[in-house]
Amino acid sequence: MINRLGSALPVAAVLLALVAVWYPVAMWMNHDAAASLADEGASAGDVWRSTLSLDRPLLPAPHQVAGEILDELSGYPVSSPRSLVFHAGVTAGAALCGFAIAVVLGTALAVGIVHARTLDRSLMPWVIASQTVPVLAIAPMVIVVLGHAGLTGLWPKALIAGWLSFFPITTAMVTGLRAPDPMQRDLMRTYAASGVQVFTQLRWPASMAFLFPALKVAGALALVGAIVAELPTGAQAGLGARLLAGSYYGQTLQIWAALFTAGALAMLATGVVALAQAGLARAWGGRL
Amino acid sequence: MTAGVASASLRPSAQPATPADAIRAEGVSLTFAAGGEVTHALSDIHLSVPQGSFTSLIGPSGCGKTTLLRAVADLEQPTAGRLLVAGQTPREARLSRAYGYVFQAPALFPWRSAERNVRLPLELSGMPKAEQRERAARYLGLVGLRDFKRRFPWQLSGGMQQRVSIARALCFEPSLLLMDEPFGALDEITRDTLNLHLHRLWRQTGLTCVFVTHSIPEAVYLSSRVVVMSPRPGRVVEVIDVDLGPGERPLDVREAPAFLAVAHGVRRALRAGHSYD
Repeated sequence: MINRLGSALPVAAVLLALVAVWYPVAMWMNHDAAASLADEGASAGDVWRSTLSLDRPLLPAPHQVAGEILDELSGYPVSSPRSLVFHAGVTAGAALCGFAIAVVLGTALAVGIVHARTLDRSLMPWVIASQTVPVLAIAPMVIVVLGHAGLTGLWPKALIAGWLSFFPITTAMVTGLRAPDPMQRDLMRTYAASGVQVFTQLRWPASMAFLFPALKVAGALALVGAIVAELPTGAQAGLGARLLAGSYYGQTLQIWAALFTAGALAMLATGVVALAQAGLARAWGGRL
Repeated sequence: MTAGVASASLRPSAQPATPADAIRAEGVSLTFAAGGEVTHALSDIHLSVPQGSFTSLIGPSGCGKTTLLRAVADLEQPTAGRLLVAGQTPREARLSRAYGYVFQAPALFPWRSAERNVRLPLELSGMPKAEQRERAARYLGLVGLRDFKRRFPWQLSGGMQQRVSIARALCFEPSLLLMDEPFGALDEITRDTLNLHLHRLWRQTGLTCVFVTHSIPEAVYLSSRVVVMSPRPGRVVEVIDVDLGPGERPLDVREAPAFLAVAHGVRRALRAGHSYD
């Protein structure tokens, strides 16, 4: 209990500081717009007050964003394209599929790289090169190309999410699978352990300490990939589409609501990974 | 009280291997080549380790004592000569799990409890679970850790961890136990206790033990024979029999004249084999 409070307090303090800075900045940024919208003869005080309640503020105040999120979350049925739950679900689905691709592909690549010298030489440079491709910049093109190939809807987004997020998993697993020291490998050799046994009993468990931090990074990257993949082609659903539509029509409240929802999803993903890690750590005597 | 000193380094290799030899080395050489430089880790080693003996390999760093042990365990390949372990090649001996090996560090798997660490070799050989548990309990008891089976390595002291690793090497009941400076990283008090335990264990089980160390008192206390080695190239200088009488060896035996005489012999052999030029 004390522990939980101990970790919550610093977070709350940062949040409070953020909000304290946010309000004056919002008032300052929205002042010109508020002044031009104000009635003839409105006092300076009225103008300043109205900076926090504009329909399309340059920078909405925190309470406006919170109100918008609540409104979009609860004001419409979950299946409605106006519901934030609907859009978050679409993005989360694509990100999750991309994450699954990344975990499977990233791990498979690492296993290959660790076990075959030729793969280590031939594959690793390509894995690194893959990350120099600015997927975020060419995402629209990728989506269009995949669309022509008959791939639409969730899967092109999942592919981009997977492309972005497999790299940390591969590099972490390559390091993790190589983590056992020579003595532990010699030990397995004295038991005449098979390659499969060395993998399942030594390399795989040893890699877990490296896998979980990578999964947290990969989760956030998959979310970014899914959102960016929703931006082009005027995607009709997803947080990316909300961002795009919002900036199209100057709906800053909608943009910020989508942004905060994306942030919450990323935190949820990290939390789930942390929970899984804690569960495994408990089985392993409290250390992982 | 005899401290028999027998020079065995040039024993004729024509002598037939007797089944009583747990290990037999005939003209074993081993060279490492790295960066164009050749290191003669072992040079023309002739040695026999009798069944049921406790043999220590002692010598300064670089004398090849660990390399010799690793060659016996098939962790290194000799470049010349013949090496027999329990009448087989080292590779055959390893594949038939003829020996247990204790490393310089415990090398426990941190994700396994003490009991599960001990069970590792049994799991790998596909032993039924009930028998695994029974064996693990028995051998953890033998090293005095019966009550610690649920602890994880980080919850055990260094000495306890090394005892777990000894239990792990014993639990599949090999007839040969190879130990590479197992107590080197421990404090002297812990080391004394473990020496006492190990000597008792050896007397009880009739195991053949080969023990690498660079401590003269440890070698003499534990052994029935001490093999003195010297570096550059790694070779056997002398094989010294230790006879401190049958039965239990209390730690006090290290102050007895018979003990000191053997220790002196070992020290002299070490000095003779070790030149600094």
